[in-house]
Amino acid sequence: MKLEALPWIILFLPLLSAAVITLFTLRCRTLSSLISIGAIVAGFILTVCFIGANGFHPAVTETATSWLSIDTLHVDFGLKLDALSLMMMLIVTGVGGAIHIYSFGYMHEDRSMARFFAFLSLFTFSMLGIVLANNFLQMFIFWELVGVSSYLLIGFWFEKPSAGDAAKKAFITNRLGDFGFLFGILMVWGVLGTLNFGEISAQFLTNPVALGGCATLAGLLIFCGTLGKSAQFPLHVWLADAMEGPTPVSALIHAATMVAAGVYMLCRTFVLFNAEALHVISYVGGFTALLAALIAVQQNDIKRILAYSTLSQLGYMVMAVGLTGPTPAMFHLTTHAFFKALLFLGAGSVIHALHEEQDIWKMGALKQKMPITFYTFLFGTLALCGVPIFSGFYSKDSILGLALEQKNFLLFGVAVFVAALTTFYMFRLFFVAFVGNPRTEKAKHAHESPAVMSFPLIALAVLAVAGGFIGVVNVYNSQFKPNAESLSIIQQILEPIHAPVGLACGLGAVVVGFLAAFSLYKNAATDPLPAKLGPLATAMKNRFYFDEIYEATFIRAHDAIAWVAWFVDRWILEGVVIGGVRGGTDIFGRGLRLLQSGNLQWYAFMFVTGVAVVLYWVLVFGK
Amino acid sequence: MPALPDILFYVFAALTLLCGVLVVANPLSRSPVTSAMFLVLTIISMSGLFVLLHAFFLGIVQIIVYAGAVMVLFLFVIMLLDLKEEARRKFKFFGIGAGLISFAAIVFIMLKSLKSAAPDANNPAGDGDTASLGKLLFTQYTLPFEVVSVLLLVAMVGVILLCKKKLE
Amino acid sequence: MHVGLEHYLTVSFLLFSLGLLGVILRRNLLVIYMSLELMLNSANLALVSFSRYNGKLDGQVLVFFIITVAAAEVAVGLALIVALYRKRQSAHVEDLTSMKL
Repeated sequence: MKLEALPWIILFLPLLSAAVITLFTLRCRTLSSLISIGAIVAGFILTVCFIGANGFHPAVTETATSWLSIDTLHVDFGLKLDALSLMMMLIVTGVGGAIHIYSFGYMHEDRSMARFFAFLSLFTFSMLGIVLANNFLQMFIFWELVGVSSYLLIGFWFEKPSAGDAAKKAFITNRLGDFGFLFGILMVWGVLGTLNFGEISAQFLTNPVALGGCATLAGLLIFCGTLGKSAQFPLHVWLADAMEGPTPVSALIHAATMVAAGVYMLCRTFVLFNAEALHVISYVGGFTALLAALIAVQQNDIKRILAYSTLSQLGYMVMAVGLTGPTPAMFHLTTHAFFKALLFLGAGSVIHALHEEQDIWKMGALKQKMPITFYTFLFGTLALCGVPIFSGFYSKDSILGLALEQKNFLLFGVAVFVAALTTFYMFRLFFVAFVGNPRTEKAKHAHESPAVMSFPLIALAVLAVAGGFIGVVNVYNSQFKPNAESLSIIQQILEPIHAPVGLACGLGAVVVGFLAAFSLYKNAATDPLPAKLGPLATAMKNRFYFDEIYEATFIRAHDAIAWVAWFVDRWILEGVVIGGVRGGTDIFGRGLRLLQSGNLQWYAFMFVTGVAVVLYWVLVFGK
Repeated sequence: MPALPDILFYVFAALTLLCGVLVVANPLSRSPVTSAMFLVLTIISMSGLFVLLHAFFLGIVQIIVYAGAVMVLFLFVIMLLDLKEEARRKFKFFGIGAGLISFAAIVFIMLKSLKSAAPDANNPAGDGDTASLGKLLFTQYTLPFEVVSVLLLVAMVGVILLCKKKLE
Repeated sequence: MHVGLEHYLTVSFLLFSLGLLGVILRRNLLVIYMSLELMLNSANLALVSFSRYNGKLDGQVLVFFIITVAAAEVAVGLALIVALYRKRQSAHVEDLTSMKL
């Protein structure tokens, strides 16, 4: 393998950047941001060099150094280098690099820009760690590091109470999922005796039922990690609140990379899951996709619409994994990273131009004022909806085709319905925010963002358009289906024709969704939907009351448990046990103090008494 | 008819104990001077016991050092301080009770353990003549002897320092 | 009855206990001090009689040292009492309770 040291350098460059910024350059905003941007761009270039030298399948797929050795447990700190991780590295450093550059413009007014870039670098390091991990334990540690950096970045504007709350919510919800994940890891280790992905795969190659009776349980426990990190139902509640963070963070962490880590992990450990576990996974994914799409229809905050759209698309990916299709899942993950990052950055550009205005009903007519943002956002929307030639079309079509192939018509129907809903709410957003008349003074005086922000938009727009046929699917196929042939660009463009039913349904969904949005929202001044749908619209608007339900059940129960713990701690431990010891010592000490009378004769008497007892013990009793 | 040393032992022992009682609890006088004088008597009769035990040198040292030097020192201090006060204060019931209890307890325990103090019958009776004591002192115990002389010097310096009117 | 070790030891014990009684009973510092000397002497007596009946002179050497140390101790102790008396105008233990809480 050539350039063996490169992956290590790529991994640790962002950590070095975070350390340098935190320790030395926290006062120099521009220098700090340049260090951070330099680290990730260098990472991207080095990744390209590495792939150029070794291809997507290096001769040696692991480079590791021994880390822990306890009895029979041997854990390496190692890097796994195959098509899956190399492609993810490209996404993380490439999309991440674009977002870093964009942040330079977006955060320029912020006082704590240096801190922001330090956190971004820390996040990049952790994300690369997940992608490159060659064993479960290392992945789990980076998994948690990603959670921490996400916490730090959501709560970046910690002066706002809502941001602090959102950060806590994200972190704690993730912890719930990670708890299951950890149990799953322990179970896998207990049965298989190893945590290394390569060795686990080898065991499954010789014995497909290596996990035996606990295969389903272990699979579902590991899936819990995905539930938290990729915000699947029922732990989906944190992602929309996470939009309290700066918009580049939403683009990088809560759209393109971190939330995709759950799907990536499922694909990395795909061999572990048996049919039952995959069945559950596919239905959870499908349900999340549907639920989130329904909620997105009635949101008015531009970032929240995109957040629920992200949830919905993540549901798609998880569903694809559950339908035994890691290739479509990763394909969709990749294209989604392109166009969803683009959409978030476009939204950020709009928010920036309108002075932190996020309500789409206070925007409008941005085409003339912000042409670059307008067109790139349009391309992102088209890609997300799945309009032919755009990248989302290919990945979504491959998932629809997969559902048909698996004869799962229920999930196929859900997927098509969600596709229609996606088109509907995205064009609703588009028509309301970008077309029509300006609804407020702010919207009238919007201006195009600086070049440092529009360049990443254009770069991502190119990928969002072309991402479907530049060979991404070949790379993933080479990982998951070693005998699949490599497709040329023309073949890739024409690929969907092989599944005409899925293609027709997908296109039909797009058309229906677009027509509905066009008729309802073209030049609409207010939202006409609540009047038509009545209580359903209210429920959608209120996110089907999930937060309220959780508040009333889990959080109440949690508070009750916490109260009991407090009571035990305060009154039984502190009051009786510690207080008893303290009070006993105190009273005993007060009693002893009475002996200190200051009377010499009394002292002498006590002394003689002591001597007498000792003498009696030694001379008389001891015989 | 008991032997003469035995008779002498009983005489000296009785004298010692009687004078001891009069030192600590003289029913007629509570003056420190009386106590001091009876202490002299106690020490002298005890040196008689020493002689009966063939410790002739120690008997003489006892009289010279204790009855001579130490007791003179005591009397000096008594005169110096002009102590008459205790005579006016009454014994406390507590003091009497505690003292008697302690006395009884210690005597009881020690007498109980007396049996185990029986000497090795094979040992010849030691004869403490001055020559052999001196030989032992200047051969085996030379170092402690020198150290004790230093101790006396230190005590002397300390006492002079303590008795200065003002300590700088 | 032939006089033996136990007779001397009995005298020694009784003398020791008398000294103890004096320490507890009397409240004049000087008398207490004399009682302490009495206790010291009873120990001397015990040592000399052990020395006699065990046929070893080491006991007597020890007594020699004790007498020397006692002389030094008496000198220092009396000096302390004098110093104390100068400060408090009393040599009475009931007046010396400043160590009490």
